[in-house]
Amino acid sequence: MNSDTYDLAIVGAGPAGMAAARTAAAQDLSVVLLDEQPAPGGQIYRSIRRPAPEDRRILGPDYYHGETLVRDLDHSRIEYRPGTTVWALDDDHTLCASSPEGSTRIHAQRILLATGAQERPVPFPGWTLPGVMTCGAAQILLKSSGLVPSQPLVLAGSGPLLLLIAAQLHRAGVAIEAVLDTTPAGHQLDALPHLPGALRNLPLLWKGLGLLRELKQAGIQRFAQVSDLRALANEEGRLHQVQFHADNATHRLPAQSLLVHQGVVPNVQLSRALGLEHRWHELQQCWHPVTNDWGETSREGVFISGDSAGIAGAKAAEQAGTLVALEVARQLNRLSTTQRDEQARPALKDLARERAIRPFLDALYQPARSFLSPADETLVCRCEEVSAGELRQMVDEGCRGPNQTKAFCRSGMGPCQGRLCGLTVSQVIAERRGVPVDEVGYYQIRMPIKPLTLGELADLHK
Amino acid sequence: MPNASEFPRIETGAAEWVEVEVDGQPIQVRAGDSAAAAVLAAGLVPSRSTPVNNSPRAPYCMMGVCFECLLEIDGTENVQGCMTEVRPGMQIRRQQGARHAEPVTHEDRQS
Repeated sequence: MNSDTYDLAIVGAGPAGMAAARTAAAQDLSVVLLDEQPAPGGQIYRSIRRPAPEDRRILGPDYYHGETLVRDLDHSRIEYRPGTTVWALDDDHTLCASSPEGSTRIHAQRILLATGAQERPVPFPGWTLPGVMTCGAAQILLKSSGLVPSQPLVLAGSGPLLLLIAAQLHRAGVAIEAVLDTTPAGHQLDALPHLPGALRNLPLLWKGLGLLRELKQAGIQRFAQVSDLRALANEEGRLHQVQFHADNATHRLPAQSLLVHQGVVPNVQLSRALGLEHRWHELQQCWHPVTNDWGETSREGVFISGDSAGIAGAKAAEQAGTLVALEVARQLNRLSTTQRDEQARPALKDLARERAIRPFLDALYQPARSFLSPADETLVCRCEEVSAGELRQMVDEGCRGPNQTKAFCRSGMGPCQGRLCGLTVSQVIAERRGVPVDEVGYYQIRMPIKPLTLGELADLHK
Repeated sequence: MPNASEFPRIETGAAEWVEVEVDGQPIQVRAGDSAAAAVLAAGLVPSRSTPVNNSPRAPYCMMGVCFECLLEIDGTENVQGCMTEVRPGMQIRRQQGARHAEPVTHEDRQS
């Protein structure tokens, strides 16, 4: 049977996982770093070892910060295993994973889940059409392949990444037909009380304003308070027009590509499958697992850090990963409590600053209601093709939560295992029932958390 | 199927180029590209149809979350294209509906 043992096993080689590996290795802990991607960096520093764009100005200096983190992985105590998908975690801290070389069991004294974020599902009529993709997807294609969307190109949504990818594509020489800002009226006012916190992180605030200025100077057409977004297909079933409402009129723009974004949410697939405690975050409109100040979850020895513990961004993830490693070093008797606290001080200070700006951003960029609980005709579950209207009808017939609607219509039972519909299904049901989302709950996620072949399962026992 | 939907490529750093086939058409892609990226570069969109209603789909998240980029790669169906790096000579085809219980044959593709 394939099995290996380590002090610390980390799932995910993004900023949190890489920083934790670096800090743990420095304390002489044996570390295994498992990542499903072929190269380290996570999504934020994707392809950082070998970015595709020739011109470093396109992606900007924040991206190239990842070079330091990746360099530090080259350490004798860190075993980095790329292309390795973790699909189960047992009660005794044993991970099951698949890679092209076969399936393995990996045992560790402590486990860190640093599985990052995914983009929030953005359901609206036509979001499944070929030609519509997420802003994150476009950024991945730019970073790793130097590919840019076919044009005419329209971007629609809300949040910092929408502005960032628009600026990056513009720098790459891509013509942008329009940026449709769906941030509802009144959010600026809602965000205002959180401004003092944001002012603690002036560089980030300044960067955001810089992006807005850059897009304006580029002369890119921008519509504000956009509603009723709709992707329209041609006779071949491909996107060819974007329709929306703005400035008291309905507009239609030609489009080969539409990039959408409504912020990011924690990837909770593993933490849910483990049955860890999760809480609803009202301002961020998503769930996050409950952890203590050192990232330890309701299950002893299992830690979560970075965006998978709650959205705070890449810099915060790096600090949070460092803190987990210091606490693990204390638990495994490499550091005293005093030493841990001493070494944690700089990370805690940076983390506080990074977290201080979040309430401002979360209030400003909270998605419009129509993206959280879409109109009846909108497909919610892309895999099983279930619409919001069908879900509402099931609520009217007595379904009280997502596990019941799942039994009736298979929503959440396709290959994505609810990743692209889970949040929406819970919110549609909650709204229809007139109860808070946390009363409705989430899908019961079970292992394996990725589709698996029988061969991969059998390979564990060879 | 030539069309205007190919994703163009900007100037990239030095890299090896590899030839793959997308629905039988040879295309040069950058080493390190994913099979889903190759499909977008070739403009092969829609790149699959769903098992439920035969709806047309294309890569959506590019990070292994959405499973919209399922492709037939070197004869194996339902492979996540965005999680698979290209290899020289890789045969990439659209995934039409549900995967077959038996290995795919040429006759299946015609149907």
